[in-house]
Amino acid sequence: MSDSHAHAHPPYQRHHFETYEQQKEATTFAMWLFLLTEIMFFGGLFTAYLIYRNWYYPAFVAASHQLDIILGGINTLLLITSSFTMAMGVWCAETRKKSGLVLSLVLTLILGIGFLGIKTVEYKEKFEKHHVPGHTFSVQSFIDPAHDEATLKAVKQGEPMPDPMPLDMARKTEMYFSLYFAMTGMHALHMVIGIGILGFLIVRAQQGAYTTGHVTMIENFGLYWHFVDIVWIFLFPLLYLISRH
Amino acid sequence: MSTDTIVKLPDQATARMPKVSYLNKEHGILSWLLTGDHKRIAMLYLISLTFFFFIGGAMAGLIRLELLTPQSDLMAMDTYNKVFTMHGVIMIFFFLVPSVPATLGNFLIPMMIGAKDLALPKINLLSWYLYMAGGALALYAMITGGVDTGWTFTTPLSTHYVNTNVITTGLAAFIAGFSSIFTGLNFIVTIHRMRAPGMTWFRLPLYVWSHYAASVLMVLGTPVVAIAIVLVALERTIGIGVFDPTKGGDPLLFQHLFWFYSHPAVYIMILPGMGVVSEVVSTFSRKRVFGYTAVAFSSVAIAIFGFFVWAHHMYIMGLSNYSALLFSLLTMLVAVPSAIKIFNWAFTLYKGSITFETPMLYAFGFMGLFTIGGLTGVFLGVSGTDIHLTETYFIVAHFHFVMVGGMLMAFLAGIHFWWPKMTGRMYPEKISQLAAVTTFIGFNFTFFPQFMLGMLGMPRRYASYPAEFQILNVFSTAGASVLGVGYLLPVLYLVWSLKYGAIAGNNPWQATGLEWQTQSPPLTENFEKLPIVDHDAYDYEWLERQNQIQASEVSSVR
Repeated sequence: MSDSHAHAHPPYQRHHFETYEQQKEATTFAMWLFLLTEIMFFGGLFTAYLIYRNWYYPAFVAASHQLDIILGGINTLLLITSSFTMAMGVWCAETRKKSGLVLSLVLTLILGIGFLGIKTVEYKEKFEKHHVPGHTFSVQSFIDPAHDEATLKAVKQGEPMPDPMPLDMARKTEMYFSLYFAMTGMHALHMVIGIGILGFLIVRAQQGAYTTGHVTMIENFGLYWHFVDIVWIFLFPLLYLISRH
Repeated sequence: MSTDTIVKLPDQATARMPKVSYLNKEHGILSWLLTGDHKRIAMLYLISLTFFFFIGGAMAGLIRLELLTPQSDLMAMDTYNKVFTMHGVIMIFFFLVPSVPATLGNFLIPMMIGAKDLALPKINLLSWYLYMAGGALALYAMITGGVDTGWTFTTPLSTHYVNTNVITTGLAAFIAGFSSIFTGLNFIVTIHRMRAPGMTWFRLPLYVWSHYAASVLMVLGTPVVAIAIVLVALERTIGIGVFDPTKGGDPLLFQHLFWFYSHPAVYIMILPGMGVVSEVVSTFSRKRVFGYTAVAFSSVAIAIFGFFVWAHHMYIMGLSNYSALLFSLLTMLVAVPSAIKIFNWAFTLYKGSITFETPMLYAFGFMGLFTIGGLTGVFLGVSGTDIHLTETYFIVAHFHFVMVGGMLMAFLAGIHFWWPKMTGRMYPEKISQLAAVTTFIGFNFTFFPQFMLGMLGMPRRYASYPAEFQILNVFSTAGASVLGVGYLLPVLYLVWSLKYGAIAGNNPWQATGLEWQTQSPPLTENFEKLPIVDHDAYDYEWLERQNQIQASEVSSVR
């Protein structure tokens, strides 16, 4: 060790950093860069969505009406709340409140699992109605809206009865559902990974690993969790909302 | 002035091997497999990369043997498709993209900026394991039936019309992509946050600048090809329709997403090589690189322009005329920063004290071959000539001039140049000069005839061809065997030198980089104490003063 190491290191400082400040800046910077790669990753999907929505507008509007806006809304609320509990977790780590940190992380975990649960219900409905792309896909709901449950429900709430779609445009709804499953599926995959990491963090937080002044791990995971939220904040209006007037 | 005289290289006879270095600090196979040391990870990469290079090279050998005769006789036509696909996949994803960054970059970037390690050593090790996992998967796909889509996985061929291991190979490329993202991310963070006191951005060696630019491309480009591969896999398995014309999807969108990465990827491959050449040219002309700032910013410019030219791979694929016009113009812009580099290296040589050690020979090879490769790239970037030349052997020759003539020459230049630093021993000079010349001759014999074949209209990716093309193909195959010898030689004498090479000493080339001011091979922490930088890069007068101070210290001790 050279003389620049006159003061003692905190135990969580890695040996190749000169100061803890440097370590903190480096790891946080790395996390932001990683989120940048995530933006590029989802960017490809959003590009595809924008192009095809422009090409097959009527099909996208009709298919969008098949989504349950209530379930989507609840899920949005769950995620925003989970971002709040995550932010509380970061604050607890910074102010060295161990039980508060563990509680926040557990709440975040529960809300995340709740989101995935509701998503599963939504996916199940798509399976039952043959709205999953592939050889079982059916355009029945769009060429015969008078016998479609979701459409009838909307009509009861005061929306006008849509005209049956011509078959060639109705078939383009498969593109909408392709993108729906690819985008929400990739988002859900990120949630699953996040929940896995949360489980690990809860165990370590219980042992007191993050309430000693070493907050970067919690902070960086918080960044990831908020990012996954923000992706949903874009997905929800694009897939559920903007086609309804 | 010191720049006017040929620096006397130190006498290797007095050099001693340091007792402790990163190589012998810890022992046992686990100390290598679980290491966080960037130098050890670099060595792991070097060994595995060499392995994949020779597998890819064997494929190339098979291709050239098949093309010796106009008929498809060595192998069945669909076997030939698989062989050239695996040659491309292995050489691009498992050799060229990681080649210089993962070995020399890993080893040198922390040393050049005066740091103890990369910012994220565990991520660095993870990237090697991802690379190995991807490589193993690619080999598995190859052994269990191979893949025959070409390395470009073009849809709808890859999604609907072939029944080979597309998903496995795609997954291998996906995993290797994450390895490359982590390497790039680590470099960017390290260069931003780990520089020694006094090491300002404009004191960084140009090698570091070029790696920084390449890292930006890795971080921003790779995720896009990752999502494209995911969508291809989902289309093959579930049957989603994003690229499927029968469901309203557009195969051209796949091309856009794929080339949005894969065009910048060629700059990922070439930029680190340009960094090597900057170091080598400066060291062996004993002159500061001419126009340091211009060369530094030309790397950044290549990275930026590199993101706006991808559609020049798609002129014949139904791109609109206006897009083709725009992308032609943008493509020609990339030639400007590349030319800045070539001219500045030439000016660096001007009135320099040039010597012709092996790294310098490879660097000269790079400059000549890259210039030819780059200029023929302009022919291909112009949509008018491209429509005639694309999908012929002209394009094969063009990218092999850039990738093999450029990048592989630079890789070998770098390996020879830093071999004394990495291992503490010199490679044998005469035989390695011979290898460099053999490589250059073999390369030109292999690939120059392919320009002519392409102009004459021989298409790429066919196992058979009309008989009138045979003579040039025989030339090419003969050249490839010379080239093979050129690549085999370094493996032999470099391994030999590990035990029998002369001991190198700290700074055998009298180069100015921080990595040369410490022992060879270096300590695990790189430097005995934190270096403080008070001079610009390539400051040979500073080096001379340092040497004088050291000499007077030695004589006063006596």
